[in-house]
Amino acid sequence: MTPPTMAGAVAGQPPGQARPATTRDACRRALLELARVDQRVICVDADMGGLDDVFAERPGQYVNVGIAEANLMSLSAGLATTGFRPFAHTICSFAVARACEQIKIDIASAGLPVCVVVTHSGLSAGHYGPTHHSVNDLAIIRTMPNMTVLVPADVAEAEWAVRAAHQLPGPAFIRLGRDATPAVHDGPCAPQVGQALTLREGDDVAIVATGPHPVLMALAAATSLGVLGVGARVLGMHTVKPIDEAALVQAAEQTRGIVTVEDHLVVGGLGGAVAEVVAQHRPCRVHRIGVPDEFIDRVGDERYLLAEAGVGADQIVAAALSLVRATAAAR
Amino acid sequence: MTASASELAARAYRVRQRVLDIGASDVGTHVGGSLSVADVLTVLYSGVLRVRPDEPDWPDRDRLVLSKGHASAALYAVLADLGFFPAAECDTYGQAGSRLAGHPLRRLEGVEFATGSLGHGLGLGAGVALGARLARCQARAFVLLGDGELQEGSVWEAVMCAAHLGLDNLVAVVDRNQWQISGRTEDCIGLEPLAERWRSFGWMASEVDGHDHVALSRAFAEVPAAAGKPTVVIARTVKGSGVPVFEDRKKSHYVQLSPQLHARATAGLRGRVRSSP
Repeated sequence: MTPPTMAGAVAGQPPGQARPATTRDACRRALLELARVDQRVICVDADMGGLDDVFAERPGQYVNVGIAEANLMSLSAGLATTGFRPFAHTICSFAVARACEQIKIDIASAGLPVCVVVTHSGLSAGHYGPTHHSVNDLAIIRTMPNMTVLVPADVAEAEWAVRAAHQLPGPAFIRLGRDATPAVHDGPCAPQVGQALTLREGDDVAIVATGPHPVLMALAAATSLGVLGVGARVLGMHTVKPIDEAALVQAAEQTRGIVTVEDHLVVGGLGGAVAEVVAQHRPCRVHRIGVPDEFIDRVGDERYLLAEAGVGADQIVAAALSLVRATAAAR
Repeated sequence: MTASASELAARAYRVRQRVLDIGASDVGTHVGGSLSVADVLTVLYSGVLRVRPDEPDWPDRDRLVLSKGHASAALYAVLADLGFFPAAECDTYGQAGSRLAGHPLRRLEGVEFATGSLGHGLGLGAGVALGARLARCQARAFVLLGDGELQEGSVWEAVMCAAHLGLDNLVAVVDRNQWQISGRTEDCIGLEPLAERWRSFGWMASEVDGHDHVALSRAFAEVPAAAGKPTVVIARTVKGSGVPVFEDRKKSHYVQLSPQLHARATAGLRGRVRSSP
């Protein structure tokens, strides 16, 4: 199988200055900093490894419930009712698929300020295999009222996400990958929850992306499109719920169509959320790039699997060009 | 504020009558499993639990988690009897716009968690107990579980965790009425030897007659039974207890009482009280 050709996007060429780092480590550091200033912050761990070392200096604010994701969620909910701010850590699929009901009833429905922090989202578990992949979690978690869903694109956004979740009165979900990814932002980043970041200006087509690889691919695609004379706006959707309706309606009004990019099924995730918004408020063409409706049960690293799934800068460019041509022909 | 034996008996009687009344609503209720916990809840809310009906959110309160949320009728009856909310509101059970659902909702004063999906309560209670310990607060968590509910794997995640964390401010109460929807628990997925199972997980376990107010009071007074260990009280109960037509009957699980059945059940309840020693 040929590796993906969007070298600049996923092959480790950072558009910014910072060297690649994992959002997971950034989140852990940010959480420890929060714990130092807020005694209510409790790190609840489901045997993730490494969190115990990070929190070694604050043993009173760290609990390991072991390999027990249902209990991780219920216990965190109970903790929250006594005034604490639990950050519950596990692997994405084990949180949302395995402990879905505990998140739904005990945390989301109750509106409790529990932040569920997950790693290995999308196809980032790579060679671990499909048991560890998570490509339907956004579809599930965004159907839970009260929930704020944050998907940081890089280290700076990951640090922000932890601080932002801490400020929320209710539940939050922070979706992280596994491996280091290049920085999207040159320095610190502090967007507003629910407000998309315009990472690139452009009025011909809009590319809406969430998560590290999709955002990097979108930026690479926008550069390629620029060379072809197509102005692509890139919206970084660090918040999938509540989704920035205004930015999407504006994109629908001002461009010839929207391409969505995610390391998640094309069903129910970012693409679904965007389509829901524009279908109601400002119908436009939406081309969804993501994992097709099939199990990706192949072996390979994240880049290989994304390419297998058809998620890459080349596909974004092709989709954007087809949108521009189709609407140009229609005019 | 320990209640006298006669006051406890009177309260339990009122709870059972209220369960029958709720069961006579248009939608019916889980009668058998509500009646089986009537005495446990009566005793817990008569001096064991440190709660304030006029200040339901008092931070230092003990929390009762009705993990077997289908026994909501019994919980509503006890909470209304104590004045957490107007007793007349019980008449709205199951009706459009009511705060009293078939399984309890947090919007009702005195309800700590929305329960009904089995297997959530012990983890929630463990979180409360851990939080109370971390906050150096005196609050305790009492979690009332069904026996059939113990077939849920998540219960045992919490059992293991609570023992490992040494949550001696956590108390599980198992309503051991031996029935689940499809029949006897031991014919479905057996639970015995139940007390030994809890002990082997590191809990202090005792078994009591779940309809004996004195025995229940004594068991709850001994909490924590050992420092650093959570406690489980296995309450041996009778499904449909106190109402002969429903006692130890599989079909008492969910009943919508017709006026005739309500009258018969009420007479049976009254007769049982008169004939008791």
